[in-house]
Amino acid sequence: MIQPLTDAPRFSLTTGADGLIETQTLEVSIGPQHPSTHGVFRMDCVLDGEEVVALKPVMGYLHRNHEQLAEKMVWLGSMPYTDRLDYFNSMTNNWAYALAVETLAGIKVPERAEYIRVIMSELTRLLNHSCVIGFMLQDLGAWGTPLLYAFRERERILDLFEAVSGSRMMCNYMRFGGVRVDMTESDLAVAKDVVTRFPRFLDEFEKLLTGNEVLLGRTQRVGILPKELAINAGISGPMARASGVEYDVRKVDKYGVYGRFDFRVPVGEIGDVYDRYFIRVLEMRESIKILQQALRDIPQGPRVAPEAKLRNFKIPPGDGYGRIEAPKGELGFYLVSDEGGKLPYRYHVRPPSFVNLTTLEDMCLGHKVADVVIILGSIDIVLGEVDR
Amino acid sequence: MEAIEKIKEIAAQVVPGAKIEIINSTPAAQQPALLVDREHIYAVGKFLKEDPRFQMDFCSCVTGVDYLPKADKPGCIEVVYHLYSTTQKQGPIVLKVRAPRELEQCHVPSLTPLWRSCEFQEREAYDLYGVKFNGHPDLRRILMWDEFTDFPMRKDYTPPADYEWEPTPHDDTLDRAVQEGGIMPPTAREELERAKKK
Repeated sequence: MIQPLTDAPRFSLTTGADGLIETQTLEVSIGPQHPSTHGVFRMDCVLDGEEVVALKPVMGYLHRNHEQLAEKMVWLGSMPYTDRLDYFNSMTNNWAYALAVETLAGIKVPERAEYIRVIMSELTRLLNHSCVIGFMLQDLGAWGTPLLYAFRERERILDLFEAVSGSRMMCNYMRFGGVRVDMTESDLAVAKDVVTRFPRFLDEFEKLLTGNEVLLGRTQRVGILPKELAINAGISGPMARASGVEYDVRKVDKYGVYGRFDFRVPVGEIGDVYDRYFIRVLEMRESIKILQQALRDIPQGPRVAPEAKLRNFKIPPGDGYGRIEAPKGELGFYLVSDEGGKLPYRYHVRPPSFVNLTTLEDMCLGHKVADVVIILGSIDIVLGEVDR
Repeated sequence: MEAIEKIKEIAAQVVPGAKIEIINSTPAAQQPALLVDREHIYAVGKFLKEDPRFQMDFCSCVTGVDYLPKADKPGCIEVVYHLYSTTQKQGPIVLKVRAPRELEQCHVPSLTPLWRSCEFQEREAYDLYGVKFNGHPDLRRILMWDEFTDFPMRKDYTPPADYEWEPTPHDDTLDRAVQEGGIMPPTAREELERAKKK
Protein backbone atom coordinates (compact mmCIF):
# COMPACT_ATOMS: atom_id res chain seq x y z
CA MET A 1 0.00 0.00 0.00
CA ILE A 2 1.32 3.41 -0.92
CA GLN A 3 1.57 5.75 1.99
CA PRO A 4 0.65 9.40 1.39
CA LEU A 5 3.55 11.79 2.02
CA THR A 6 1.51 14.05 4.26
CA ASP A 7 -1.70 13.69 6.16
CA ALA A 8 -3.28 16.66 4.38
CA PRO A 9 -5.64 15.76 1.55
CA ARG A 10 -4.16 16.09 -1.93
CA PHE A 11 -6.94 18.39 -3.08
CA SER A 12 -10.11 19.70 -1.60
CA LEU A 13 -13.54 20.22 -3.04
CA THR A 14 -15.90 22.87 -1.83
CA THR A 15 -19.46 21.78 -1.72
CA GLY A 16 -22.39 24.04 -2.47
CA ALA A 17 -25.58 24.44 -0.49
CA ASP A 18 -27.12 21.43 -2.19
CA GLY A 19 -24.26 19.20 -1.13
CA LEU A 20 -22.95 18.80 -4.69
CA ILE A 21 -19.57 19.94 -5.92
CA GLU A 22 -19.56 23.67 -6.56
CA THR A 23 -18.83 24.58 -10.17
CA GLN A 24 -18.32 27.85 -11.93
CA THR A 25 -18.54 29.08 -15.48
CA LEU A 26 -15.40 29.69 -17.43
CA GLU A 27 -14.78 32.58 -19.76
CA VAL A 28 -12.77 31.65 -22.83
CA SER A 29 -11.69 34.00 -25.55
CA ILE A 30 -11.49 32.13 -28.85
CA GLY A 31 -9.37 34.08 -31.27
CA PRO A 32 -8.43 36.47 -32.81
CA GLN A 33 -6.31 33.88 -34.59
CA HIS A 34 -7.97 30.53 -35.03
CA PRO A 35 -8.30 28.03 -37.82
CA SER A 36 -11.93 28.54 -38.76
CA THR A 37 -11.68 32.10 -40.07
CA HIS A 38 -9.66 33.53 -42.87
CA GLY A 39 -8.76 36.61 -40.93
CA VAL A 40 -8.96 37.76 -37.37
CA PHE A 41 -12.16 37.37 -35.42
CA ARG A 42 -12.69 36.79 -31.72
CA MET A 43 -15.49 35.15 -29.79
CA ASP A 44 -15.86 35.73 -26.06
CA CYS A 45 -17.47 32.51 -24.85
CA VAL A 46 -18.79 31.74 -21.41
CA LEU A 47 -18.65 28.00 -20.88
CA ASP A 48 -20.42 25.80 -18.38
CA GLY A 49 -18.29 22.71 -18.61
CA GLU A 50 -18.10 22.31 -22.35
CA GLU A 51 -21.45 23.94 -23.04
CA VAL A 52 -21.72 27.48 -24.35
CA VAL A 53 -23.93 29.69 -22.18
CA ALA A 54 -23.03 33.06 -23.68
CA LEU A 55 -21.05 34.21 -26.68
CA LYS A 56 -20.16 37.66 -27.91
CA PRO A 57 -18.47 38.18 -31.26
CA VAL A 58 -15.70 40.78 -31.24
CA MET A 59 -14.65 42.21 -34.58
CA GLY A 60 -12.84 45.14 -36.07
CA TYR A 61 -9.32 43.74 -36.20
CA LEU A 62 -9.22 44.30 -39.95
CA HIS A 63 -11.03 47.63 -39.91
CA ARG A 64 -9.49 50.10 -42.33
CA ASN A 65 -12.38 52.55 -42.77
CA HIS A 66 -13.02 51.47 -46.32
CA GLU A 67 -16.06 53.77 -46.49
CA GLN A 68 -14.15 56.92 -45.61
CA LEU A 69 -11.40 56.08 -48.10
CA ALA A 70 -14.02 55.66 -50.81
CA GLU A 71 -15.59 59.01 -49.96
CA LYS A 72 -12.31 60.71 -50.79
CA MET A 73 -12.05 59.19 -54.26
CA VAL A 74 -13.98 59.67 -57.49
CA TRP A 75 -16.76 57.17 -58.13
CA LEU A 76 -14.64 54.86 -60.23
CA GLY A 77 -11.67 55.15 -57.86
CA SER A 78 -13.08 52.76 -55.30
CA MET A 79 -13.97 50.05 -57.83
CA PRO A 80 -10.62 48.25 -57.34
CA TYR A 81 -11.03 48.61 -53.60
CA THR A 82 -14.34 46.75 -53.58
CA ASP A 83 -12.34 43.68 -54.59
CA ARG A 84 -10.80 43.73 -51.13
CA LEU A 85 -14.12 43.54 -49.29
CA ASP A 86 -14.88 39.90 -49.82
CA TYR A 87 -11.65 38.91 -51.46
CA PHE A 88 -13.00 35.50 -52.41
CA ASN A 89 -15.67 36.97 -54.66
CA SER A 90 -14.32 40.13 -56.19
CA MET A 91 -16.56 39.84 -59.26
CA THR A 92 -19.81 40.06 -57.29
CA ASN A 93 -18.46 42.96 -55.21
CA ASN A 94 -17.70 44.83 -58.41
CA TRP A 95 -21.16 44.12 -59.70
CA ALA A 96 -22.91 45.31 -56.55
CA TYR A 97 -21.05 48.62 -56.62
CA ALA A 98 -21.54 49.07 -60.36
CA LEU A 99 -25.24 48.28 -59.99
CA ALA A 100 -25.69 50.85 -57.21
CA VAL A 101 -23.97 53.55 -59.27
CA GLU A 102 -25.95 52.62 -62.38
CA THR A 103 -29.19 52.82 -60.39
CA LEU A 104 -28.21 56.26 -59.16
CA ALA A 105 -27.05 57.60 -62.52
CA GLY A 106 -29.61 55.79 -64.67
CA ILE A 107 -27.17 53.99 -66.94
CA LYS A 108 -28.51 51.15 -69.03
CA VAL A 109 -26.13 48.23 -69.44
CA PRO A 110 -25.82 46.58 -72.89
CA GLU A 111 -27.05 43.00 -73.31
CA ARG A 112 -23.68 41.40 -73.81
CA ALA A 113 -22.23 43.04 -70.70
CA GLU A 114 -25.17 41.80 -68.65
CA TYR A 115 -24.57 38.25 -69.84
CA ILE A 116 -20.85 38.49 -69.10
CA ARG A 117 -21.69 39.75 -65.62
CA VAL A 118 -24.02 36.83 -65.02
CA ILE A 119 -21.39 34.36 -66.22
CA MET A 120 -18.71 35.87 -64.00
CA SER A 121 -20.84 36.06 -60.88
CA GLU A 122 -22.20 32.53 -61.26
CA LEU A 123 -18.66 31.24 -61.69
CA THR A 124 -17.81 33.15 -58.52
CA ARG A 125 -20.68 31.45 -56.75
CA LEU A 126 -19.36 28.06 -57.82
CA LEU A 127 -15.89 28.75 -56.49
CA ASN A 128 -17.12 30.33 -53.28
CA HIS A 129 -19.54 27.57 -52.38
CA SER A 130 -17.18 24.74 -53.20
CA CYS A 131 -14.37 26.32 -51.17
CA VAL A 132 -16.65 27.14 -48.26
CA ILE A 133 -17.65 23.52 -48.02
CA GLY A 134 -13.95 22.67 -48.08
CA PHE A 135 -13.20 25.12 -45.28
CA MET A 136 -16.15 23.89 -43.26
CA LEU A 137 -14.85 20.34 -43.43
CA GLN A 138 -11.42 21.56 -42.52
CA ASP A 139 -12.98 22.93 -39.34
CA LEU A 140 -14.47 19.50 -38.72
CA GLY A 141 -11.03 17.96 -38.90
CA ALA A 142 -11.00 16.71 -42.47
CA TRP A 143 -7.66 18.34 -43.07
CA GLY A 144 -6.88 19.06 -46.64
CA THR A 145 -8.66 16.55 -48.80
CA PRO A 146 -12.07 18.17 -49.47
CA LEU A 147 -10.53 21.63 -49.53
CA LEU A 148 -7.89 20.69 -52.06
CA TYR A 149 -10.49 19.02 -54.28
CA ALA A 150 -12.38 22.32 -54.20
CA PHE A 151 -9.22 24.31 -54.83
CA ARG A 152 -8.46 22.21 -57.88
CA GLU A 153 -11.77 23.33 -59.43
CA ARG A 154 -11.33 26.88 -58.20
CA GLU A 155 -8.02 27.03 -60.03
CA ARG A 156 -9.71 26.44 -63.39
CA ILE A 157 -12.13 29.30 -62.71
CA LEU A 158 -9.36 31.59 -61.50
CA ASP A 159 -7.40 30.87 -64.66
CA LEU A 160 -10.36 32.16 -66.63
CA PHE A 161 -10.60 35.25 -64.43
CA GLU A 162 -6.94 35.90 -64.98
CA ALA A 163 -7.37 35.56 -68.73
CA VAL A 164 -10.16 38.13 -68.90
CA SER A 165 -9.17 40.59 -66.18
CA GLY A 166 -5.44 40.16 -65.66
CA SER A 167 -5.73 39.15 -62.03
CA ARG A 168 -6.74 35.95 -60.31
CA MET A 169 -8.46 37.28 -57.24
CA MET A 170 -8.48 41.09 -57.39
CA CYS A 171 -10.29 41.24 -60.71
CA ASN A 172 -11.46 44.89 -60.87
CA TYR A 173 -13.41 43.74 -63.88
CA MET A 174 -16.68 45.67 -63.97
CA ARG A 175 -17.16 49.26 -65.01
CA PHE A 176 -20.20 51.52 -64.75
CA GLY A 177 -22.35 50.52 -67.68
CA GLY A 178 -20.54 47.33 -68.57
CA VAL A 179 -17.31 45.44 -68.14
CA ARG A 180 -13.69 46.43 -68.68
CA VAL A 181 -12.64 43.80 -71.23
CA ASP A 182 -14.78 41.79 -73.59
CA MET A 183 -14.80 38.00 -73.36
CA THR A 184 -13.23 36.46 -76.44
CA GLU A 185 -14.44 33.28 -78.12
CA SER A 186 -11.63 31.33 -76.48
CA ASP A 187 -12.61 32.68 -73.03
CA LEU A 188 -16.15 31.55 -73.64
CA ALA A 189 -14.86 28.13 -74.68
CA VAL A 190 -12.88 27.89 -71.43
CA ALA A 191 -15.98 28.87 -69.47
CA LYS A 192 -17.98 26.20 -71.27
CA ASP A 193 -15.30 23.66 -70.46
CA VAL A 194 -15.39 24.62 -66.76
CA VAL A 195 -19.16 24.30 -66.71
CA THR A 196 -19.16 20.87 -68.37
CA ARG A 197 -16.54 19.57 -65.96
CA PHE A 198 -18.09 20.97 -62.81
CA PRO A 199 -21.06 18.59 -62.35
CA ARG A 200 -18.69 15.65 -62.37
CA PHE A 201 -16.66 17.25 -59.61
CA LEU A 202 -19.85 17.92 -57.66
CA ASP A 203 -20.94 14.30 -57.96
CA GLU A 204 -17.57 13.18 -56.68
CA PHE A 205 -17.67 15.76 -53.89
CA GLU A 206 -21.12 14.68 -52.84
CA LYS A 207 -20.19 11.02 -52.91
CA LEU A 208 -17.47 11.85 -50.40
CA LEU A 209 -19.57 14.02 -48.16
CA THR A 210 -23.36 14.03 -48.39
CA GLY A 211 -23.88 10.62 -46.82
CA ASN A 212 -20.71 10.66 -44.78
CA GLU A 213 -21.48 9.42 -41.28
CA VAL A 214 -18.99 11.71 -39.54
CA LEU A 215 -20.37 14.74 -41.35
CA LEU A 216 -23.95 13.75 -40.55
CA GLY A 217 -23.11 13.15 -36.90
CA ARG A 218 -21.32 16.43 -36.45
CA THR A 219 -23.64 18.71 -38.43
CA GLN A 220 -27.22 17.50 -38.17
CA ARG A 221 -29.28 19.31 -35.51
CA VAL A 222 -26.32 21.55 -34.75
CA GLY A 223 -26.68 25.33 -34.81
CA ILE A 224 -30.35 25.46 -35.72
CA LEU A 225 -31.60 28.85 -36.84
CA PRO A 226 -35.41 29.16 -36.82
CA LYS A 227 -37.08 30.77 -39.80
CA GLU A 228 -38.68 33.70 -37.94
CA LEU A 229 -35.40 34.66 -36.32
CA ALA A 230 -33.58 34.40 -39.65
CA ILE A 231 -35.94 36.91 -41.26
CA ASN A 232 -36.00 39.21 -38.27
CA ALA A 233 -32.22 39.25 -37.95
CA GLY A 234 -31.72 40.13 -41.60
CA ILE A 235 -30.00 36.87 -42.44
CA SER A 236 -29.65 36.52 -46.19
CA GLY A 237 -28.20 34.23 -48.79
CA PRO A 238 -27.73 30.46 -48.41
CA MET A 239 -27.98 30.76 -44.64
CA ALA A 240 -31.49 32.19 -44.76
CA ARG A 241 -32.57 29.73 -47.42
CA ALA A 242 -31.30 26.82 -45.31
CA SER A 243 -33.66 28.02 -42.59
CA GLY A 244 -36.59 27.88 -44.98
CA VAL A 245 -36.78 31.54 -46.05
CA GLU A 246 -37.58 31.47 -49.74
CA TYR A 247 -35.87 34.71 -50.67
CA ASP A 248 -33.34 35.23 -53.40
CA VAL A 249 -32.52 38.72 -54.68
CA ARG A 250 -31.93 37.25 -58.13
CA LYS A 251 -35.58 36.15 -58.19
CA VAL A 252 -37.08 39.09 -56.32
CA ASP A 253 -35.30 42.05 -57.92
CA LYS A 254 -34.50 40.34 -61.22
CA TYR A 255 -31.52 42.66 -61.62
CA GLY A 256 -29.41 42.32 -64.74
CA VAL A 257 -30.90 39.65 -66.97
CA TYR A 258 -31.73 37.16 -64.22
CA GLY A 259 -35.39 37.31 -65.19
CA ARG A 260 -34.61 35.35 -68.36
CA PHE A 261 -33.03 32.28 -66.82
CA ASP A 262 -34.79 29.20 -65.63
CA PHE A 263 -33.51 28.20 -62.21
CA ARG A 264 -34.91 27.19 -58.87
CA VAL A 265 -34.24 28.47 -55.37
CA PRO A 266 -33.42 25.58 -53.03
CA VAL A 267 -34.89 25.95 -49.55
CA GLY A 268 -33.94 24.00 -46.42
CA GLU A 269 -36.25 22.63 -43.75
CA ILE A 270 -34.45 22.56 -40.43
CA GLY A 271 -31.83 25.27 -40.71
CA ASP A 272 -28.96 23.35 -39.14
CA VAL A 273 -25.35 23.20 -40.31
CA TYR A 274 -26.09 20.23 -42.55
CA ASP A 275 -28.83 22.15 -44.33
CA ARG A 276 -26.44 25.01 -44.89
CA TYR A 277 -23.95 22.57 -46.40
CA PHE A 278 -26.54 20.92 -48.61
CA ILE A 279 -28.15 24.20 -49.77
CA ARG A 280 -24.76 25.25 -51.11
CA VAL A 281 -24.42 22.02 -53.09
CA LEU A 282 -27.89 22.52 -54.57
CA GLU A 283 -27.16 26.17 -55.36
CA MET A 284 -24.06 25.15 -57.26
CA ARG A 285 -26.19 22.84 -59.39
CA GLU A 286 -28.60 25.72 -60.09
CA SER A 287 -25.67 28.00 -60.92
CA ILE A 288 -24.52 25.49 -63.50
CA LYS A 289 -27.96 25.63 -65.07
CA ILE A 290 -27.81 29.43 -65.25
CA LEU A 291 -24.30 29.28 -66.70
CA GLN A 292 -25.34 26.83 -69.41
CA GLN A 293 -28.21 29.10 -70.45
CA ALA A 294 -26.10 32.25 -70.34
CA LEU A 295 -23.28 30.71 -72.36
CA ARG A 296 -25.80 29.47 -74.91
CA ASP A 297 -27.65 32.78 -75.29
CA ILE A 298 -24.89 35.38 -75.00
CA PRO A 299 -25.40 37.91 -77.81
CA GLN A 300 -22.87 39.99 -79.72
CA GLY A 301 -22.70 43.71 -79.04
CA PRO A 302 -20.86 46.43 -77.16
CA ARG A 303 -19.27 45.58 -73.82
CA VAL A 304 -19.95 48.95 -72.18
CA ALA A 305 -22.69 51.58 -72.43
CA PRO A 306 -21.50 54.55 -74.50
CA GLU A 307 -23.09 57.13 -72.19
CA ALA A 308 -21.07 55.98 -69.17
CA LYS A 309 -18.07 58.25 -69.24
CA LEU A 310 -14.82 57.22 -67.64
CA ARG A 311 -13.57 60.76 -67.16
CA ASN A 312 -15.52 63.53 -65.47
CA PHE A 313 -18.22 61.10 -64.40
CA LYS A 314 -20.87 62.88 -62.34
CA ILE A 315 -24.09 61.89 -60.64
CA PRO A 316 -26.98 64.27 -59.85
CA PRO A 317 -27.69 64.85 -56.14
CA GLY A 318 -29.68 62.15 -54.40
CA ASP A 319 -29.32 58.76 -52.82
CA GLY A 320 -29.92 55.18 -53.80
CA TYR A 321 -29.46 51.60 -52.72
CA GLY A 322 -28.38 48.80 -55.04
CA ARG A 323 -28.20 45.19 -53.95
CA ILE A 324 -27.35 41.86 -55.49
CA GLU A 325 -27.32 38.25 -54.39
CA ALA A 326 -23.65 37.72 -53.61
CA PRO A 327 -22.56 34.15 -52.75
CA LYS A 328 -22.60 35.03 -49.06
CA GLY A 329 -25.93 36.84 -49.06
CA GLU A 330 -27.39 40.20 -49.89
CA LEU A 331 -24.61 42.63 -50.74
CA GLY A 332 -25.81 46.21 -50.95
CA PHE A 333 -24.30 49.61 -51.54
CA TYR A 334 -25.97 52.74 -50.23
CA LEU A 335 -24.66 55.78 -52.05
CA VAL A 336 -25.36 59.47 -51.63
CA SER A 337 -24.35 62.04 -54.20
CA ASP A 338 -24.14 65.69 -53.26
CA GLU A 339 -23.75 68.91 -55.23
CA GLY A 340 -20.92 68.56 -57.68
CA GLY A 341 -21.45 64.83 -57.77
CA LYS A 342 -17.85 63.97 -58.58
CA LEU A 343 -17.21 62.09 -55.35
CA PRO A 344 -19.60 59.96 -53.33
CA TYR A 345 -20.84 62.03 -50.39
CA ARG A 346 -21.72 58.84 -48.59
CA TYR A 347 -20.64 55.35 -49.52
CA HIS A 348 -21.94 52.54 -47.36
CA VAL A 349 -21.49 48.82 -47.79
CA ARG A 350 -24.10 46.46 -46.44
CA PRO A 351 -21.96 43.35 -46.08
CA PRO A 352 -23.76 40.02 -45.83
CA SER A 353 -21.14 38.39 -43.58
CA PHE A 354 -21.41 41.18 -41.02
CA VAL A 355 -25.19 40.99 -40.69
CA ASN A 356 -25.19 37.19 -40.79
CA LEU A 357 -23.04 37.17 -37.64
CA THR A 358 -25.91 38.73 -35.65
CA THR A 359 -27.38 35.36 -34.74
CA LEU A 360 -24.09 33.60 -33.98
CA GLU A 361 -24.86 33.59 -30.26
CA ASP A 362 -28.38 32.25 -30.73
CA MET A 363 -27.10 29.37 -32.84
CA CYS A 364 -24.28 28.43 -30.45
CA LEU A 365 -26.15 28.47 -27.13
CA GLY A 366 -26.40 25.04 -25.58
CA HIS A 367 -23.89 23.47 -27.93
CA LYS A 368 -20.45 22.16 -27.11
CA VAL A 369 -17.51 24.46 -27.66
CA ALA A 370 -16.27 22.22 -30.47
CA ASP A 371 -19.50 22.91 -32.37
CA VAL A 372 -18.96 26.66 -32.22
CA VAL A 373 -16.18 26.34 -34.76
CA ILE A 374 -18.32 24.44 -37.24
CA ILE A 375 -21.29 26.78 -36.74
CA LEU A 376 -19.06 29.75 -37.49
CA GLY A 377 -17.70 27.91 -40.50
CA SER A 378 -21.21 27.33 -41.82
CA ILE A 379 -22.07 31.06 -41.71
CA ASP A 380 -19.33 31.63 -44.29
CA ILE A 381 -17.74 34.92 -43.30
CA VAL A 382 -14.83 36.78 -44.79
CA LEU A 383 -13.29 39.26 -42.42
CA GLY A 384 -12.31 41.72 -45.13
CA GLU A 385 -16.01 42.29 -45.53
CA VAL A 386 -17.06 42.11 -41.88
CA ASP A 387 -14.56 44.71 -40.71
CA ARG A 388 -14.22 46.80 -43.85
CA MET B 1 -46.68 48.18 -53.57
CA GLU B 2 -48.45 51.48 -53.04
CA ALA B 3 -46.90 54.74 -54.12
CA ILE B 4 -44.90 56.63 -51.54
CA GLU B 5 -47.59 59.33 -51.17
CA LYS B 6 -50.15 56.68 -50.30
CA ILE B 7 -47.83 55.06 -47.73
CA LYS B 8 -47.25 58.46 -46.16
CA GLU B 9 -50.98 59.08 -45.98
CA ILE B 10 -51.72 55.71 -44.38
CA ALA B 11 -48.86 56.03 -41.90
CA ALA B 12 -49.95 59.53 -40.90
CA GLN B 13 -53.45 58.21 -40.21
CA VAL B 14 -52.32 55.25 -38.14
CA VAL B 15 -49.68 57.12 -36.16
CA PRO B 16 -51.33 60.39 -35.15
CA GLY B 17 -48.99 63.32 -34.69
CA ALA B 18 -46.20 61.86 -36.78
CA LYS B 19 -44.47 64.41 -38.97
CA ILE B 20 -43.71 62.59 -42.19
CA GLU B 21 -42.02 64.13 -45.19
CA ILE B 22 -41.08 62.67 -48.56
CA ILE B 23 -37.47 63.02 -49.70
CA ASN B 24 -36.73 62.30 -53.32
CA SER B 25 -33.66 60.48 -54.55
CA THR B 26 -31.98 61.04 -57.90
CA PRO B 27 -34.33 61.18 -60.92
CA ALA B 28 -33.00 57.82 -62.14
CA ALA B 29 -32.98 55.91 -58.87
CA GLN B 30 -36.64 56.50 -57.98
CA GLN B 31 -36.20 55.44 -54.36
CA PRO B 32 -38.06 58.14 -52.41
CA ALA B 33 -37.75 58.02 -48.64
CA LEU B 34 -39.99 58.86 -45.70
CA LEU B 35 -38.43 61.27 -43.24
CA VAL B 36 -40.06 60.68 -39.86
CA ASP B 37 -39.53 62.69 -36.71
CA ARG B 38 -37.64 61.12 -33.83
CA GLU B 39 -40.63 60.71 -31.53
CA HIS B 40 -42.63 58.63 -33.99
CA ILE B 41 -40.07 56.61 -35.94
CA TYR B 42 -40.57 53.56 -33.73
CA ALA B 43 -44.34 53.66 -34.12
CA VAL B 44 -44.10 54.08 -37.90
CA GLY B 45 -41.59 51.22 -38.12
CA LYS B 46 -43.80 48.98 -35.99
CA PHE B 47 -46.78 49.78 -38.18
CA LEU B 48 -44.89 49.02 -41.41
CA LYS B 49 -43.66 45.75 -39.94
CA GLU B 50 -47.01 44.51 -38.66
CA ASP B 51 -49.51 45.90 -41.15
CA PRO B 52 -50.72 43.14 -43.52
CA ARG B 53 -50.50 45.52 -46.49
CA PHE B 54 -46.75 46.00 -46.08
CA GLN B 55 -45.29 43.28 -43.79
CA MET B 56 -41.84 44.83 -43.87
CA ASP B 57 -40.23 42.01 -41.92
CA PHE B 58 -36.72 42.36 -43.29
CA CYS B 59 -34.64 45.38 -42.35
CA SER B 60 -31.81 45.14 -44.79
CA CYS B 61 -29.54 48.11 -44.36
CA VAL B 62 -29.01 50.60 -41.54
CA THR B 63 -26.55 53.41 -41.87
CA GLY B 64 -25.78 56.97 -40.89
CA VAL B 65 -25.06 59.98 -43.07
CA ASP B 66 -23.46 63.16 -41.80
CA TYR B 67 -24.72 66.43 -43.32
CA LEU B 68 -22.61 69.43 -42.44
CA PRO B 69 -24.42 72.72 -41.77
CA LYS B 70 -24.86 74.88 -44.84
CA ALA B 71 -25.81 78.50 -45.31
CA ASP B 72 -29.52 77.77 -45.65
CA LYS B 73 -30.01 74.74 -43.42
CA PRO B 74 -28.55 73.34 -40.21
CA GLY B 75 -26.50 70.15 -40.27
CA CYS B 76 -27.75 66.80 -39.05
CA ILE B 77 -26.93 63.15 -38.68
CA GLU B 78 -29.37 61.11 -40.69
CA VAL B 79 -30.03 57.44 -40.00
CA VAL B 80 -31.37 55.49 -42.97
CA TYR B 81 -33.26 52.18 -42.78
CA HIS B 82 -34.03 50.09 -45.86
CA LEU B 83 -37.02 47.82 -45.31
CA TYR B 84 -38.07 44.90 -47.48
CA SER B 85 -40.77 42.29 -47.20
CA THR B 86 -39.76 38.66 -47.58
CA THR B 87 -43.34 37.40 -47.49
CA GLN B 88 -44.71 39.78 -50.11
CA LYS B 89 -41.40 40.13 -51.98
CA GLN B 90 -41.64 43.90 -52.17
CA GLY B 91 -39.69 46.93 -51.16
CA PRO B 92 -37.76 48.94 -50.38
CA ILE B 93 -39.44 51.39 -48.09
CA VAL B 94 -36.75 53.81 -46.97
CA LEU B 95 -37.12 55.36 -43.53
CA LYS B 96 -35.00 58.30 -42.50
CA VAL B 97 -34.67 59.95 -39.13
CA ARG B 98 -32.58 62.97 -38.26
CA ALA B 99 -30.74 64.06 -35.14
CA PRO B 100 -28.69 67.18 -34.42
CA ARG B 101 -24.95 66.87 -34.91
CA GLU B 102 -24.06 67.95 -31.36
CA LEU B 103 -22.97 64.87 -29.43
CA GLU B 104 -25.22 65.46 -26.38
CA GLN B 105 -28.37 65.72 -28.47
CA CYS B 106 -27.40 63.20 -31.12
CA HIS B 107 -29.74 60.36 -30.26
CA VAL B 108 -32.60 58.52 -31.98
CA PRO B 109 -34.81 55.62 -30.85
CA SER B 110 -33.38 52.21 -31.65
CA LEU B 111 -35.32 49.92 -33.96
CA THR B 112 -33.50 46.81 -32.71
CA PRO B 113 -36.56 45.71 -30.69
CA LEU B 114 -38.41 45.50 -34.03
CA TRP B 115 -35.67 44.04 -36.23
CA ARG B 116 -32.72 42.15 -34.78
CA SER B 117 -30.75 42.95 -37.94
CA CYS B 118 -30.36 46.50 -36.64
CA GLU B 119 -28.35 45.25 -33.67
CA PHE B 120 -24.89 45.26 -35.24
CA GLN B 121 -25.65 47.88 -37.85
CA GLU B 122 -26.83 50.41 -35.27
CA ARG B 123 -23.75 49.68 -33.23
CA GLU B 124 -21.73 50.44 -36.33
CA ALA B 125 -23.58 53.73 -36.91
CA TYR B 126 -22.93 54.65 -33.27
CA ASP B 127 -19.29 53.71 -33.59
CA LEU B 128 -18.64 55.71 -36.73
CA TYR B 129 -21.05 58.65 -36.31
CA GLY B 130 -21.65 58.96 -32.57
CA VAL B 131 -25.42 58.75 -32.85
CA LYS B 132 -26.88 57.09 -29.76
CA PHE B 133 -29.72 54.64 -30.17
CA ASN B 134 -32.05 54.79 -27.17
CA GLY B 135 -33.29 51.34 -26.25
CA HIS B 136 -30.51 49.42 -27.95
CA PRO B 137 -29.69 46.39 -25.79
CA ASP B 138 -25.91 46.54 -26.17
CA LEU B 139 -24.64 49.82 -27.59
CA ARG B 140 -20.85 49.54 -27.75
CA ARG B 141 -18.20 50.27 -30.32
CA ILE B 142 -17.99 47.47 -32.85
CA LEU B 143 -15.32 48.25 -35.45
CA MET B 144 -13.05 50.75 -33.69
CA TRP B 145 -11.29 49.71 -30.51
CA ASP B 146 -12.95 50.43 -27.18
CA GLU B 147 -10.48 53.14 -26.10
CA PHE B 148 -11.08 55.20 -29.21
CA THR B 149 -12.84 58.46 -28.36
CA ASP B 150 -13.79 60.06 -31.66
CA PHE B 151 -16.24 59.23 -34.43
CA PRO B 152 -14.24 58.75 -37.60
CA MET B 153 -16.92 58.90 -40.29
CA ARG B 154 -18.07 62.40 -39.37
CA LYS B 155 -17.21 64.84 -42.09
CA ASP B 156 -15.31 67.15 -39.73
CA TYR B 157 -13.15 64.38 -38.26
CA THR B 158 -9.44 65.04 -38.54
CA PRO B 159 -7.37 61.87 -38.55
CA PRO B 160 -4.31 61.76 -36.33
CA ALA B 161 -1.16 63.05 -37.92
CA ASP B 162 0.51 59.72 -37.43
CA TYR B 163 -1.22 56.96 -39.30
CA GLU B 164 0.82 54.32 -37.47
CA TRP B 165 -1.07 55.33 -34.35
CA GLU B 166 -1.16 52.79 -31.57
CA PRO B 167 -3.89 52.44 -28.97
CA THR B 168 -1.25 53.19 -26.33
CA PRO B 169 1.33 55.44 -28.02
CA HIS B 170 4.49 56.27 -26.15
CA ASP B 171 7.89 57.95 -26.41
CA ASP B 172 8.64 59.40 -29.85
CA THR B 173 5.29 58.57 -31.39
CA LEU B 174 3.43 60.30 -28.58
CA ASP B 175 5.64 63.40 -28.66
CA ARG B 176 5.34 63.77 -32.39
CA ALA B 177 1.59 63.27 -32.39
CA VAL B 178 1.11 65.84 -29.62
CA GLN B 179 3.19 68.37 -31.52
CA GLU B 180 1.22 67.83 -34.68
CA GLY B 181 -2.09 68.04 -32.89
CA GLY B 182 -3.27 64.49 -33.40
CA ILE B 183 -6.25 62.98 -31.62
CA MET B 184 -5.35 61.31 -28.39
CA PRO B 185 -6.83 58.19 -26.88
CA PRO B 186 -7.53 58.52 -23.13
CA THR B 187 -4.71 56.17 -22.18
CA ALA B 188 -2.23 58.43 -23.92
CA ARG B 189 -3.74 61.48 -22.29
CA GLU B 190 -3.22 59.93 -18.85
CA GLU B 191 0.33 59.10 -19.66
CA LEU B 192 1.03 62.62 -20.84
CA GLU B 193 -0.40 64.11 -17.64
CA ARG B 194 1.70 61.74 -15.58
CA ALA B 195 4.80 62.82 -17.49
CA LYS B 196 3.93 66.49 -16.95
CA LYS B 197 3.61 65.99 -13.19
CA LYS B 198 7.07 64.52 -13.03
